[in-house]
Amino acid sequence: MLEFPRWKVWLIGIVIAIGVILSIPSLLAGTPAAGSWPKWLPQYKISLGLDLAGGSHLLLEADAQDAQKQRLQAMEDSVATELRRDPRIDIGDISTAGGRLSFLVRDATKVDAAVERMRGLTKPLALTGNRDWDVSVVDSTRVVLTPTANGSVQALKDAMGVARDVVRRRIDPSGTKEITVLTEGGNRILVEVPGVEDPEALKKLIGQTARLEFKLVDQSANPADLQQGRAPPGSQVLPLADGTGAMAVKRRVMVSGDQLTDAKQSFDQDGRPNIDITFNTAGARRFGRVTQENVNKPFAIILDDKILSAPNINEPILGGRAQINGNFTVQSAHDLAVSLASGKLPVKLNVIEERTISAELGQDSIHKGVIASVISVFAVIVFMLVTYGRFGVYANIALVVNAFLILGIMAMFNATLTLPGIAGFILTIGAAVDANVLINERIREEIRRGRRLIDAVETGYHEAFRAIFDANVTHVISAAIMAYFGSGPVRGFAVVLLIGVVTSVFTAVYFTRMLVALWIRRARPRELHI
Amino acid sequence: MKLLKLVPDHTNLDFMRWRNVALVLSLIATIISVGYTIYHGLNLGIDFVGGQVVRVEFAKPVHIDDLRTRVDQLGVGEAVPQSLGNDRTYQIRLPKPTGADSASNQIVSKLRTTIPQIYPGARVDAGESVSGKVSEELAQNSAIAIALAMIGIAIYIWVRFEWQFGVGALLTLAHDIAMTLGFFAFTRLQVDLNVVAAFLTIVGYSLNDTVVIYDRIRENLRKYRKMAILPLLNLSLNETLARTVVTSLTVMIALGILMAIGPQVIFGLAIAIFLGVLIGTYSSIYISAPVLVWLGVEPDSFLKPEEKEEAEVQPV
Repeated sequence: MLEFPRWKVWLIGIVIAIGVILSIPSLLAGTPAAGSWPKWLPQYKISLGLDLAGGSHLLLEADAQDAQKQRLQAMEDSVATELRRDPRIDIGDISTAGGRLSFLVRDATKVDAAVERMRGLTKPLALTGNRDWDVSVVDSTRVVLTPTANGSVQALKDAMGVARDVVRRRIDPSGTKEITVLTEGGNRILVEVPGVEDPEALKKLIGQTARLEFKLVDQSANPADLQQGRAPPGSQVLPLADGTGAMAVKRRVMVSGDQLTDAKQSFDQDGRPNIDITFNTAGARRFGRVTQENVNKPFAIILDDKILSAPNINEPILGGRAQINGNFTVQSAHDLAVSLASGKLPVKLNVIEERTISAELGQDSIHKGVIASVISVFAVIVFMLVTYGRFGVYANIALVVNAFLILGIMAMFNATLTLPGIAGFILTIGAAVDANVLINERIREEIRRGRRLIDAVETGYHEAFRAIFDANVTHVISAAIMAYFGSGPVRGFAVVLLIGVVTSVFTAVYFTRMLVALWIRRARPRELHI
Repeated sequence: MKLLKLVPDHTNLDFMRWRNVALVLSLIATIISVGYTIYHGLNLGIDFVGGQVVRVEFAKPVHIDDLRTRVDQLGVGEAVPQSLGNDRTYQIRLPKPTGADSASNQIVSKLRTTIPQIYPGARVDAGESVSGKVSEELAQNSAIAIALAMIGIAIYIWVRFEWQFGVGALLTLAHDIAMTLGFFAFTRLQVDLNVVAAFLTIVGYSLNDTVVIYDRIRENLRKYRKMAILPLLNLSLNETLARTVVTSLTVMIALGILMAIGPQVIFGLAIAIFLGVLIGTYSSIYISAPVLVWLGVEPDSFLKPEEKEEAEVQPV
């Protein structure tokens, strides 16, 4: 007991010093003293959870129907492009009904050639040996492409990866904010943004697919058919964005948002907000060619299958620049510009869970939590002092050191402190002294049994350790399960409990043992007042 | 300085004398608790049944009936407003809408934009929406987590002690959780994810006392091989009584302060753990220990055969 080698004293001292140093930047954060912390010391900080810092937690789920629709549309575009390469294959009656893509080959002798080209569009899937689309022929002239189940899963997975990057670019175009964007479970994206002022704007930004297309207006459609939603062959009926009617447009896409290099909010000649877009080289060339061929005809600017506007082509647009007009406010034009510049979402995302806390409310929680923590520590300290005297002082020193160590370790791992985490901190304060209570009560007991002082202290520490160990393992089991299953705030609670278990065993057992040993060696007490 | 001794030296209470009375009472309390919970159900928060909650800070005092009527008029379901301490801060809960999973969130969006229009100067401080799908998953995960924690800990106790102790720990846990559930059913306090975290904590912490007492029983079983089981349990309980009282008090002091002045959001968590510790203190004495008697633990149960023989031939 009394042999406490010098190196052990140093080691314990160094561990504690490091813990305290690591915890200070987090304690200073937000106070005027924050700037006075020397730059050459560690700067690790505990991050605050959304419930304390304020912010939005959003869980987004891919819209399965929309995913299928977009996949069909993309396939339709590539089918049209592919078959245009062989002018002898004349097709008609393209349909996407029933979740399948099918078209009629007018010349029956060209069916095989068409099927061959279609096969080239499908991709093999890794490991399974299947392809992502099945190609078949019905009624000897109709080619049918059916998405396979595995292909759809793979496509969704790929789409989610792209969607995650798009969402990140939209929320944080400059890439400087501390946001979290993660894919979860194959069809979900978790978004956590601290310090959100306007959660509705944030959701709008993420919720918009932003698929921009330029298509020629089909002027041959007669109004009666339009009313019925029927369009001439090769065309489709789309609604106007302002809800005032519908228009027939060619199915074939002139240029799409994929060919943008930039989009910026700007103003038109009349001072109304609009969006300036710039095409890449291929897009600019195509846009130039189509406008050249269709002077004095209208074309439609389509966003997410709604027609924003349908201006007339007065002259060929050759520079690769265009303006998008619509009923925009400065804010909505700006948001759409950000969405266009970050690319379209390959799948529509729905918010299936939201938890938003304002910064003021978070600040209030921190304030109340800190006061409760300080008073708890103080109350426990007084209680320990009147119960165990000198040994209570040791337990209290251990308690304070423990508090610093928990914060220091959390800072080192950049762990997140949440509101339940503060509760975990207070619980740990209350429970951490348990080890000292066990030890001290055992020492009292051994003295009652007539053991000599040093012997009693030795036995007390030795015998109590078993129970301390077993009790702490049970805490670890429940906290680890909580950390695994819990989300956000609850995980923060579990992390504090886990760290607290480790640090409290260190401070309550090893550190107080050192304090007691040094005291006994120095003071050589005859009897123990405990 | 005279030190505080809550439990006097040489305390010798005959705990086990009342073990059957305590058992009957615990059993009745557990049955009532479980029955009440099943019959009346828990006041589940949106985490587990889906729905929406917004917290609003109004510029001027607002009457709760006025607020209810006006939110009801929005046609987003029956509003349940609740004052948070004063007549300017309210929490409004709305039931989960039928339809797509995204419908739930649209209601929060609607409230966020329309409440400041109805009540100028009002500020929506917090908004939460949990769709049916997510709430089902959360409820399922919570149940799995609690079950896993209970089983995991019981297995650990079994491995470290003997199987009888593992069973004792599991029964103690089941009792503690049932009683706490009954408390939540009875008080209508809302059960949310934080409360589930508290239940998991109870699984760890209410067992604290049990582990300490079991450790002492194990030690005494080795030390006093000829002592009958009941006096041995009494001895172990009395020896650890001071520690049980002091530790439970420190934890309850810390949590009591958190309950009294801490943030309102974690009140449920704090009170659940507080209660769990209180119940755990009782059950470590009157469930964990007597269970060992019923499971037939005898002073020589855990001796190896050769030690047993030795113990038998030795004269007392």
